[in-house]
Amino acid sequence: MPGTGNILFSGVGGQGILLASEITAYALLEAGYDAKKSEVHGMAQRGGSVTAQLRYGDRVYSPLIEPGRADLLVAFELMEAPRYLPFLHAGSRVIVNTQKILPPSVATGLTSYPEDVLAAVRACDIQVVEIDAFALAREAGEVKAANVVMVGALSHFLPVDAAACEAIINTRVPERFREVNLRAFAAGRAAGA
Amino acid sequence: MKQGALWYSGNEAIALGAYEAGVKVASGYPGTPSTEVMENLSRYEGVYTEWAPNEKVGLEVALGASFAGVRAFATMKHVGLNVAADPLFTAAYTGVRGGLVILVADDPEMHSSQNEQDSRNYAFAAKLPMFEPSDPAEAKEFLKLAYQLSEEFDTPVMFRTTTRIAHVKGVIERGEVECSTVAPGIEKNPQKLVMLPGHARMRRVALEERMARLRAHVETLPCNRVEEGDRSRGFITSSVSYLYVKEAFPEAAVLKLGVCWPLPEQKIRAFAASVDELIVVEELDPFLEIHIKAMGIACRGKELVPNRGELNTAIVRAAIDPASTPELLPAPQLPMRPPNMCAGCPHRGIFYNLSKMKVFVSGDIGCYTLGALPPLAAMDSCVCMGAAVTVAHGMAKALGDAGRGKLVSVIGDSTFIHSGITGLINSVYNGSSSLLMILDNRITAMTGQQNNPASGYNIKGEAANAIDLEQLCRAVGVTDISVVNPHQIPEARQAMNEALERDGVSVIISRAPCVLLPEIKRQTVVPYVNCLENCTGCRACVGLGCPAISWQALTPEEAVARGYREKQKGYALINEVQCNGCGQCQTLCKFDAIVRKGE
Ligand SMILES: Cc1ncc(C[n+]2csc(CCOP(=O)(O)OP(=O)(O)O)c2C)c(N)n1
Ligand code: SF4
Ligand code: SF4
Repeated sequence: MPGTGNILFSGVGGQGILLASEITAYALLEAGYDAKKSEVHGMAQRGGSVTAQLRYGDRVYSPLIEPGRADLLVAFELMEAPRYLPFLHAGSRVIVNTQKILPPSVATGLTSYPEDVLAAVRACDIQVVEIDAFALAREAGEVKAANVVMVGALSHFLPVDAAACEAIINTRVPERFREVNLRAFAAGRAAGA
Repeated sequence: MKQGALWYSGNEAIALGAYEAGVKVASGYPGTPSTEVMENLSRYEGVYTEWAPNEKVGLEVALGASFAGVRAFATMKHVGLNVAADPLFTAAYTGVRGGLVILVADDPEMHSSQNEQDSRNYAFAAKLPMFEPSDPAEAKEFLKLAYQLSEEFDTPVMFRTTTRIAHVKGVIERGEVECSTVAPGIEKNPQKLVMLPGHARMRRVALEERMARLRAHVETLPCNRVEEGDRSRGFITSSVSYLYVKEAFPEAAVLKLGVCWPLPEQKIRAFAASVDELIVVEELDPFLEIHIKAMGIACRGKELVPNRGELNTAIVRAAIDPASTPELLPAPQLPMRPPNMCAGCPHRGIFYNLSKMKVFVSGDIGCYTLGALPPLAAMDSCVCMGAAVTVAHGMAKALGDAGRGKLVSVIGDSTFIHSGITGLINSVYNGSSSLLMILDNRITAMTGQQNNPASGYNIKGEAANAIDLEQLCRAVGVTDISVVNPHQIPEARQAMNEALERDGVSVIISRAPCVLLPEIKRQTVVPYVNCLENCTGCRACVGLGCPAISWQALTPEEAVARGYREKQKGYALINEVQCNGCGQCQTLCKFDAIVRKGE
């Protein structure tokens, strides 16, 4: 189906994946697409690996992306990119926040954080866009806006223009966070170019 | 998106549907994936909502409201329906006055549950009609139909969702606000509402008559519909499985069932006769399949489609056309990232102590179940809500003297009120010997911080009575009660050890708020920081498993360069941004290597 897309967001509970996927979904809906998005709430949110799956097109039935069929992976943490390789295909694109959040086994010194985790992704003919979202968000004035930095980088690969995403931030984000989120979006967009 | 359309999750859509259906009273107990229905409904004007202490209470409250002639709603997750099963089965006999719908949210794949159950079996067993929507838009529409059906047929109606309906967002539209066809008021009808055996026997007959009328009615419902297509292979399906069938086999003829009980036998027969091969696609149990086969209709279902876990388009396609199984890119070996208690979680201090004690920890369900994971790994059983107390009592009776001082039950405040209190009454009454730890973090945290009868606020955040847990335990006959601060690890440990030395039932209430409470989140955190020159690399604080603390390994050269002994293998580092300032790690450090920032 032309104009159909599957976007997988991955990261660690508490990183703001839900807001990022919401901004993306609203931008696509405003552009006239049908969409469905699947989230997991509850136990997994306590610092575990989490995903949100967003599908758009003329008419979307299933809320779940089929393994091997995600076109875009937006990984909010370095290791959470290769973890979802089975969802990707040759030619998929990965936008990854290079920040590391240590899982318990690494933080307690039982294992170490794997080296060069993106090599496995690149080896599969997948384009990787690396973003230091934490640093960019800090420069924008709020480290918690790293999620919106990621949306900025993602916006290059959406069938909508940047202004559409900014319009969503303007209408959907509470006023006191708006300015900083617009700055974060712009920083991500510049870094993702 | 069309003007006026809404981007809503299934749970938000159901809340809107309840509002539009004119629901006046709603009661529920939180449980993933059902929780947001009641949370959202509580924000609508003119609907009374509440968090009940458990699902049985919630369903009975809704039934009472229905008896009074208003539309009523009860919400719960699948295991909650087990708790509410008692009123469920007899409510089928009494029937309703105002429409009554019972929402049950199943969790195939157990994203956030201790088991996988197919609640459709309850509709069969309790002889109640059940709707099954496929997505948020249908969920809202079907809920309104459910209320109409409930009043028309004088029956409670069940409404089943799953995680992939409850927590899926889709486009929906607002509709008309309806109202009940009955007038509120007290109306006595003992033959119908007092289920003495003599009355119940008559209602038993009425129940069968109602089922017969419902069977005829579901044949006419547009939500049980045939979608034309290639008849060489026809599918019967419902719920989210329908969406997977539409994507995997877009060309095929489909009979989509919006009501999964009772089944429209004539429609099914006609559809079966019109296709060469009939396949039933459903998640979890072969519910449709068994009942279709019982009609004497040949079909295939679970011999192809898995009977556990979630389905998706790829699973459905591969189950039916194995040749379509895709080659997937391999996932590299990576450290797992299981969930963990928050930095500063009060539960961590108690589990740290339990991990150092030679006891059997009879656990329960809540955030604290994460205490079962490494590095603390301090829970030895967890079955269902309330079982912490009763399992320990059973072990105490089985072991006698051999169990003395070795049995600890651990339960959260919400879970204690849900069904732990009855177990405690039993333990005291029957002379148990064990220690019960009530982890009072002032909230029902696991499901996303809902107020409960011990938190002092109601569902809307208005002040409400707060149960005094000490008084409650005293009232049921516990005399040995103490309160500890879980962040003071050594003091809490001493209290736990002392209680275990005493005979009889002891209760220790561990009291400190969940760090995700809004009022706690608003406070400025004074984090703890390391005096790295004092760290000896003893790893005492690392053993807590706090996500803000990480172990930094050192080579001998690096150790010397930092001024440590050559043998020191590393040091612990607190991430100030993540630290929530609980101070637990400081109480474990013997070398003054952890201090409160600025002190
Ligand atoms: C019968 C039943 N209803 C609901 C749930 C969902 N559930 C799991 S834990 C929990 C509450 C936990 O609250 P609490 O005991 O206060 O512990 P906390 O999460 O705050 O640590 C709920 C509602 C369940 N597992 N079983
Ligand atoms: S949400 Fe509250 S109770 Fe749950 S892990 Fe976090 S601090 Fe602990
Ligand atoms: S004080 Fe220590 S244990 Fe508590 S949150 Fe901070 S680092 Fe973790």
